[in-house]
Amino acid sequence: MSKKNKKDSTRRHFLKKSFSIAAGTILGGGILAACTKEDEPGTIGEKVKVLTADGKLMEVDRGHALCCSVPSSADVRKGIPGRHFVMVIDLARCRNVRACVDACNKMHFLEPGHEWLKVFYMQDSEDTSPYWMPKPCFHCDTPACVNVCPVGASFKRDDGLVLIDNERCIGCKFCMTACPYSSRVFNWKAPSIKVPANYSPMTGVPQRVGTVGKCDFCPDSFATGTLPDCVTACPNGVYFFGDKNEDVVTNGVESFRFSELVKEKSAYRYMEELGTSPNVYYLPAVDRRFPVEEGFENIPDSLKPAYQVKRAHVKKFKI
Amino acid sequence: MDSKDIAQKNLVDIVSRYDKPTILGKVLFSFFFLVLLFAIYAFITQLVKGQIVTGMRDYVVWGIYDVNFIFFIGISYAGAMISGILHLLHVEWRKPIIRIAEMITVISVIIGPVFILVEMGRLDRIFNIFTHGRIQSPILWDVVAIVTYLCCSILFLYLALIRDYALIRDNTELKIVKWHKVLYRKLAVNYIGLPQQKKFLNRALTIMSALIIPLAVIVHSVLAWIFGMTIRPGWHSTIFAPYFVVAAVFSGTAVLIIAMWVFRKFYHLEDIITEKHFKYIGTILFVLAALYGYFTFSEYLTVWYGSQTWELEVIYKLFDFSDYGAWFYLAAFVGVLVPMIFTGLPFLRNINTIVIGSVVAVICMWIKRYLIIIPTLETPLLPLQDIRPEYAHYTASWVEWALTAGGMATFCLFFMIFIEFMPIIPIADISEAPEKKEFISEKL
Repeated sequence: MSKKNKKDSTRRHFLKKSFSIAAGTILGGGILAACTKEDEPGTIGEKVKVLTADGKLMEVDRGHALCCSVPSSADVRKGIPGRHFVMVIDLARCRNVRACVDACNKMHFLEPGHEWLKVFYMQDSEDTSPYWMPKPCFHCDTPACVNVCPVGASFKRDDGLVLIDNERCIGCKFCMTACPYSSRVFNWKAPSIKVPANYSPMTGVPQRVGTVGKCDFCPDSFATGTLPDCVTACPNGVYFFGDKNEDVVTNGVESFRFSELVKEKSAYRYMEELGTSPNVYYLPAVDRRFPVEEGFENIPDSLKPAYQVKRAHVKKFKI
Repeated sequence: MDSKDIAQKNLVDIVSRYDKPTILGKVLFSFFFLVLLFAIYAFITQLVKGQIVTGMRDYVVWGIYDVNFIFFIGISYAGAMISGILHLLHVEWRKPIIRIAEMITVISVIIGPVFILVEMGRLDRIFNIFTHGRIQSPILWDVVAIVTYLCCSILFLYLALIRDYALIRDNTELKIVKWHKVLYRKLAVNYIGLPQQKKFLNRALTIMSALIIPLAVIVHSVLAWIFGMTIRPGWHSTIFAPYFVVAAVFSGTAVLIIAMWVFRKFYHLEDIITEKHFKYIGTILFVLAALYGYFTFSEYLTVWYGSQTWELEVIYKLFDFSDYGAWFYLAAFVGVLVPMIFTGLPFLRNINTIVIGSVVAVICMWIKRYLIIIPTLETPLLPLQDIRPEYAHYTASWVEWALTAGGMATFCLFFMIFIEFMPIIPIADISEAPEKKEFISEKL
């Protein structure tokens, strides 16, 4: 064995055991680096950086970096090791185009009226100006919904995701009352949309009657190295998705250091004083790109009255 | 005549009063049975079509099924508290009414949890609770508490029945169907009144009555915590457990008074359940109404005075006449004051007014439970936008009402069936000489 070959085989052995990430290029995907013999077929010549299990950064050929295969059911509940997925939503960019909602509905085969993703018309006080606020599941680090589940159908993964096993859920709806952010929806009837797929908690499809559903951050897309569908669907780049441990978020076009972005733009988490530690950060709607009224163009007339109700009506009974 | 002969005479006397089937009885039985059949039809509809046939939607995920659940578990307190406490205190006048109270307990603890099963989206996966149960979830606490409570209250009822079964077994005058006789002989477990048997039975009854009181408190506390453990306005309250317990004893006592009146009237027990009983239980109802009113006042005053926005939104819905105002004032004022006036003012206090007060209390307690669950669920933290407008407001559908009516009908049906197998008055008890240990005087 030549000196070069020997060196390669140690390297291969080392990489086989490691999870890796192609930073910036294939973000959010758990990539298992495999054989890296440079003269092997499949070599592209383009180098990518991969992060090994023990935290070393290495450079391998992109053609030799293989994606994770479909995880086993135990892995589904555990999550991808070393990850902490976060989302940053830039409220200044949101125009309520609702492309995210449509993409999410399509991707998850959701019935009309059962959106996992909602866009709210928010006004913090009478003197401040309103803004549009997209709201996925916040994937809280101390999730109230997971605590109350009597059968462990809702679970928290090590990588931060809160997922639902719809084949275990008994439909008691306790999680829906426990979640202060109303992130969960219920399948009140059998889904009318036929889905040609096997069920997995990673996809949440096909929907199961009598069980609870919610935004899952699209963990199935990590396997293919793509971003969640709301992120890619948004024409204004409102959503940034990424890994807190790796300290990077991207909307598919721009990438930022997560820690710098949330610091510079004074990000906040919605009602985190409830003790939920959400993993979705909002950038305040300053220097906004669109007038807020434009967002009403995309709302059907039948739903418009709901947006006129102000929360200020409680004044009547103030002391 | 020794005490055994007196007991036998009493047995024949009492049982013959209601043993004959009456037309009214048959009509009522058929009516309740038809209601039950309709409820079963409604339930099958829900199973086939999914819960889309109910009024529940994504925000109001718990409807009147849950209201009925709390309501029935609440009235189960009649047996636990009234018969348990009065037994421990050796109150002599309790004897004719404790059987009714214990029957209410057993029946309502059987019916109540059925509403939780009906409310579940996937009844077929009920066993996941045992195979994948997580003790962190208040629902698990509830399952454990209610199952224990049900077993204990059945045992309590049965222990008190042994002596009566022995009486029926030894009776020669009553005409009893043959398989009933076999059943009674088995259920009497060879009790022949030996001093040792008496001693054991009394001790068992005392232990059970001491056990059933903390159990009942636990069951309703845990039930309150299903709501109290969530961070929602109107639910997340530290006094929720004791508030629920007091509300439960209040409604349980009121149901006991109504049941006493019904049995007295239709089974001609006027000489056994007397006005005295109504007045004594009425006094207990008065105290409980006052206590419950105090808890209500304390709960809503603190929340209203604190005026946190989210909390105040629920308070607004309850206080304002354009929303639930009328119902709230009915439940919080009429439901407390009317029973108190009828049981508290001597010149208004008689059997009929006490019963009317109890009926008002029971109805208002059902409404109050509705007002605890629905307005809170209709008030999410984020505004109700971006959803179908009909999701925002809950209206129970015919399926839910049918099942509610079915629950009430089954309650009455169970009573009619239970009567067939157990004397409505604890005959052995009332035939005995007053207990020496009694320390609450006849003039309360």
